[in-house]
Amino acid sequence: MRYSGFRVIAEALTGHNGWKPVWRDPTPQADYDYIIIGGGGHGLATAYYLAKEFGQARIAVLEKGYLGGGNVGRNTTIIRSNYLLDGNEPFYEFSLKLWEGLEQDFNYNAMVSQRGIINLIHTDAQRDAFTRRGNGMIMHGADARLLSRDEVRAMYPWLNFDNARFPIKGALMQPRGGTVRHDAVAWGYARGADMRGVDLIQNCEVTGMRIENGRIRGVETTRGFIGAKKVGVAVAGSSSKVMAHAGMRLPMESHVLQAFVSEGLKPVIEGVMTFGAGHFYVSQSDKGGLVFGGDIDGYNSYAQRGNLPVIEDVAEGGMALMPAIGRVRLLRTWGGIMDMSMDGSPIIDKTGIEGLYFNGGWCYGGFKATPASGWAFAHLLAKDEPHKTATAYRFDRFLKGLMIDEKGQGAQPNLH
Amino acid sequence: MTQSHRIAGGQIDRTKTLRFTFDGVRYQGHPGDTLASALLANGVRLMGRSFKYHRPRGPISAGSEEPNALVELRTGGRQEPNTRATVTELYDGLEANSQNRWPSLRFDAMGINDKLSTFFAAGFYYKTFMWPKSFWEKLYEPIIRRAAGLGSVTREEDPDAYDKGFLHCDLLVIGAGPTGLMAALTAGRAGKRVILADEDFRLGGRLNAETFSVGQTSGADWAAATVAELATLPNVRLMTRTTVIGAFDHGIYGAVERVSDHLAVPAQGKPRQVLWRIYAGKAILAAGATERPVAFENNDRPGILLAGALRAYANRWGAKAGERLAVFTNNDDGIRTALDLQAKGVDVVAVIDSREGGDLIPGVRHLRGAEVIDSSGKLGLKSITVRQANGRSETIAVDALGVSGGWNPNVNIHSHHRSRPIYDPAIAAFVPGQDGPPGLLVAGAAAGAFSTHAALRTGRDAAIAALELIGAAPDLPETEDAPTRVTPLWHVAHGKGRAWIDQQNDVTVKDVKLAHQENFTSVEHLKRYTTLGMATDQGKTGNVIGLAVMAELTGRSIPETGTTIYRPPYTPVALGTLAGRSRGKKFKPFRLTPSHHWAKEHGAIFVEVGNWLRTQWVPKAGETEWRQSVDREVLATRKSVGICDVTTLGKIDIQGTDAGAFLDRVYANTFSSLAVGKCRYGLMLREDGMVFDDGTTARMGTNEYVMTTTTANAVTVFRHLEFCRQCLWPDMDVQLISTTEAWAQFSVAGPNARKLLEKVVDQDISDAAFPYMGAGNVTVCGGLRARLFRISFSGELAYEIAVPTRYGDALLREMLAKGAEFDPIVYGTEALGVMRIEKGHVAGGELNGQSTALNMGLGKMVSKKKDAIGMVLSQREGMTAETGYRLVGVKPVDPQAKLTAGSHFLEKGAAPVAANDGGWLTSKVYSPHLGCDIALGYLKAGDKKIGQRMRIVNLLAGLDTEVEIISPHMFDPEGERLRG
Amino acid sequence: MIIHHPILGPRDAQEFVYLGDASLIDRPDGMTAGIEAFHDYLYQRSNPAGEHRELWYHEQGDRSWLVVTRNTVTHEITKVELARDVARAKGRSK
Repeated sequence: MRYSGFRVIAEALTGHNGWKPVWRDPTPQADYDYIIIGGGGHGLATAYYLAKEFGQARIAVLEKGYLGGGNVGRNTTIIRSNYLLDGNEPFYEFSLKLWEGLEQDFNYNAMVSQRGIINLIHTDAQRDAFTRRGNGMIMHGADARLLSRDEVRAMYPWLNFDNARFPIKGALMQPRGGTVRHDAVAWGYARGADMRGVDLIQNCEVTGMRIENGRIRGVETTRGFIGAKKVGVAVAGSSSKVMAHAGMRLPMESHVLQAFVSEGLKPVIEGVMTFGAGHFYVSQSDKGGLVFGGDIDGYNSYAQRGNLPVIEDVAEGGMALMPAIGRVRLLRTWGGIMDMSMDGSPIIDKTGIEGLYFNGGWCYGGFKATPASGWAFAHLLAKDEPHKTATAYRFDRFLKGLMIDEKGQGAQPNLH
Repeated sequence: MTQSHRIAGGQIDRTKTLRFTFDGVRYQGHPGDTLASALLANGVRLMGRSFKYHRPRGPISAGSEEPNALVELRTGGRQEPNTRATVTELYDGLEANSQNRWPSLRFDAMGINDKLSTFFAAGFYYKTFMWPKSFWEKLYEPIIRRAAGLGSVTREEDPDAYDKGFLHCDLLVIGAGPTGLMAALTAGRAGKRVILADEDFRLGGRLNAETFSVGQTSGADWAAATVAELATLPNVRLMTRTTVIGAFDHGIYGAVERVSDHLAVPAQGKPRQVLWRIYAGKAILAAGATERPVAFENNDRPGILLAGALRAYANRWGAKAGERLAVFTNNDDGIRTALDLQAKGVDVVAVIDSREGGDLIPGVRHLRGAEVIDSSGKLGLKSITVRQANGRSETIAVDALGVSGGWNPNVNIHSHHRSRPIYDPAIAAFVPGQDGPPGLLVAGAAAGAFSTHAALRTGRDAAIAALELIGAAPDLPETEDAPTRVTPLWHVAHGKGRAWIDQQNDVTVKDVKLAHQENFTSVEHLKRYTTLGMATDQGKTGNVIGLAVMAELTGRSIPETGTTIYRPPYTPVALGTLAGRSRGKKFKPFRLTPSHHWAKEHGAIFVEVGNWLRTQWVPKAGETEWRQSVDREVLATRKSVGICDVTTLGKIDIQGTDAGAFLDRVYANTFSSLAVGKCRYGLMLREDGMVFDDGTTARMGTNEYVMTTTTANAVTVFRHLEFCRQCLWPDMDVQLISTTEAWAQFSVAGPNARKLLEKVVDQDISDAAFPYMGAGNVTVCGGLRARLFRISFSGELAYEIAVPTRYGDALLREMLAKGAEFDPIVYGTEALGVMRIEKGHVAGGELNGQSTALNMGLGKMVSKKKDAIGMVLSQREGMTAETGYRLVGVKPVDPQAKLTAGSHFLEKGAAPVAANDGGWLTSKVYSPHLGCDIALGYLKAGDKKIGQRMRIVNLLAGLDTEVEIISPHMFDPEGERLRG
Repeated sequence: MIIHHPILGPRDAQEFVYLGDASLIDRPDGMTAGIEAFHDYLYQRSNPAGEHRELWYHEQGDRSWLVVTRNTVTHEITKVELARDVARAKGRSK
């Protein structure tokens, strides 16, 4: 069924009886051409594009919990393509362009809202680095502006300009950056995939992989064996656990990232803002809550919860930047598991096992990548070669010394 | 206005009157009141508007679970949005305003949303606003954003202070109702260190809201007596107004104490709130239970409260919510409300009991097997419609209705480690499940033990169990021990109207039905699709009803349907509290250099370098532009002598018989062969082969080295060396100590550097005695120990001299005074930068963690003859390509042209697209010697492009400049000056 | 979290800096091992959901590197050792 304003009005006037299930709950078939493990944003997008853009069929998505229950449902909803390095920027710009047409494409309002993102500058060295970055973004077809201190002040006069430990000296702005209603992304892709015949199978955890003569044959699940010609893994946070079924170790660690939302407030922050002198970034949702975050807790964890030091550190960053929010209340914190890779960049690649493909290592930047990740992974699955924007996301880049290290931190996942 | 709805009794101090305003109207209350109780006592029921439909709302609770009665408290920089009137302690002069309404609370234009509610069903916005494409951001979303949100936030700085503290105890008791008091008493009498924390300003919990006796006295008096005894025990700390917000790892709990929120302004020197980190050996969750309503049509009108809240307002605060009262219940506890209010002289019109067999109260009309199906009253309750057991409907005029659907144990904190609560059909509620936070026991109503006797007993037993106490425990006073008799009733099936589940977010039974219809049936989908439980009360009253309705719709049981888990904090926490003192200038500590006071006296400009404040330049009288000062400092140094404080560089003493071998392992180049009394430039790699850090290291003795690191990496290099020493080569005889803060260190540079130093150094430092790259221990000013290194970052004849930090200031003044004939100047980081770039030395912009030795033109320094950190992986193919980046110098063809660091290289005629991107400028300065801007940059295959012309573009500023690629060694490339 | 330091007793984890898997102790010898061996050492991780031996550094304390055995699902710590002892037990010397 097609969604539109007319449909909403018509349904409203007739008691909402006509709305159909947004997806089916199919029984798993004995085998598929494609199995995507992971019903989060990336997995659902992969299935959607496989069906829609690459004309593939007999596709299933296996989700151990509920659709959209991964990090697509527990992030801070920011989209942007303000990356520094050549290996990343074309991919994220491709993603941003997909975001810009997404709602019309899948007929679901995910509230893509390009209210702009600013990265604040506090030192001359940061300005130099952001100048390098902004130029690179423009050369890759993205948009970037360098704002002066006065321009930032005109946008947000109530930031701490006069009593700051690290004064604001300007900002790098990407006007096309913004936010998206995160759950709606998962639901929109799920609905679009379901409409195209993809079987979305919830409460179906993969417990093993059947591999014969170096080739994948299917997966063992809590709902029995399901055969497949090709299996794509998109299970951010659980990547090491799932790939261990194939006997693989990965260049990544799992870490907890906490995120935060305040009580609902009348509009106070228009776009997205990152503090350059501490661990803090913030935007305000359409509902009015300040959505913010900071650094990962820093130790390996699958617990989906964090501890006080990071909560305090994030609040300190917030207060240093915005001294007026002292009486705004933190409503809720939550933790997600991040695949923190060895260079801070993802992997979308084949594996040593024929028919088994991997997508992961998104660190805490996976949400904005969702459309391009799905598209590029579908491309790889369907054509057995990487999408042109994702050629650098290979396993062997560490062996070859071709790391994509945006922060220049080296092989220490918790620093990325 | 008099307190029209004030009734007898209660724990308020009627001898004192407090004045306050709500929406500008003046009222009076008493100490002990909350804002909500005082407003109710004044006959005010309408206190807020809901989020989506802007429905008129009054309080439904008397506690922190309140979804409706939210106000903007205080004004100016102290304005607090979304403040629950039900827990706001009244103080004299309190000012509160309603929120999320326009133009007024009674006449809210946005109330139109309520009329149009059928168009605003759950998730409607996902299905529309998509056409035309541009309208979402230009039209629809701005309207939605303006309409959304609750209270408004001030733009002024919060004037109050916040603090943090740390506490340790054997037992933390969370909640000071009968359970918590008994647990604390048991542990306290046994001599254990106990912390008893409760969010309320009066300890006792429900005992203060009930009428039954404990022992020979009222519950409230027993609580007061118990508190009095606990207060005499030195091992017990009573923390009122203190909310335990979360259970973290290893027995660490967060708690917020509201030190000053009950005052107009905090007392002098006192914080508004304190964040406590409590380290508890064991903890008992005695957080009680929260009553839940029953969903029926129009169940959200002001005047409809939880039955227990009506009772609390009457018993504790002497306030009644209305003149004519009815009670709607599915359990025995609701009937207590009718009893208590009848005893208070309130006209109890009817008890509507959904069950067939509830108790009867003499003199009160009972409707058994009946349900409330609707209500009326635009801004407050006027009547309810009741469907009797025989199916007949009847309208009853009442202005207050108490609703009880049973009680939910407050399991929240037990769930903070993701333990899922389990459903107990005996009490029709969720109780704590398995795998809660280790060391946390649950007792009393929080564990589903609802009677007062059970609370006292389980509180005592939990303390005994937690602390493994032996010996006598306190006797249990006699009190009520009524069984929990409840017949589940989640919502009243009737008609087509809306029955609210989540009152603040306006989630109704219809929304849950729609979610089910569209297959959003998992509890997480239900929550996210309808926004159930995501309001400021986090679903404390509504969540269970929502999932029970979903269970009913899907035909699954409640346990099968499951529950979402609770996240910290237990109640919302002010960000100021979490930040504490770390704000403004105190966000991070300042590190000051030894020359800081001298520099300040001389009007220096400072710059933040990490936590350090360094001198950026020192303007002289008449200099109005920073460049004037910096150019002068550079020229004066190169002409005669300049002094720069380089104390911020990391300094590490490395000693032991294996010190040289150790350095060979951690540096890419070799140090074991360095002669005593010499220093060498060292390049340190990370294990991944990228350059980590650089600096000079001197050999002061056979087994003694002194390493310097960059300012930025002082801490991480030391950490890394300790890792190498302890984890990789544990038997090497090598000891490390950071001496960064032990030595004040100055660079003395320029042709007259030696002559100046000869004025203070006691030994012979002639070129013969102290040649280029010499190092050694000397004394200054007649015997003060010092270290001298003949090293140069500026390209001049230069030294670094170090003295114990406390003499740094004196040494600087001494050098300036004794060397006055050379006109020495003090230069800052800008002049330092100019001179190092003129010389092509790498620093921050080049040491970016993404660059190899080869990139920096230092590839030959990586020795392959020995094992060192990073040596193997630096040889990977991707890092050794001929086409990779190389460090180059850059100057504009037109000397007047300006360069910008961060600009990118392009060949002449090449379009500014990524495929043509040649690299970028890492650092740029104006060179007063070359008379133009100069820069360093990383250019692809740059070593083969020296002498060529290219373009530098800065697309952010529209700059496109022709430049010449030159050697990075732009000043005195032969190094004649530094050997002079 | 609280780490029971073998020398200093219980200390708040905030005093420590985290590095990662304790297998980082097992550095190959650069004169004999090649790029592949170093690649596996530096980049590949078991990343278990469960018991994990990991390196913590007592930066705001005595500068000891510790090997902490901690469950990554529950965060329970069952063992804390001096990394130097662990390294020696693995046969590392000079």
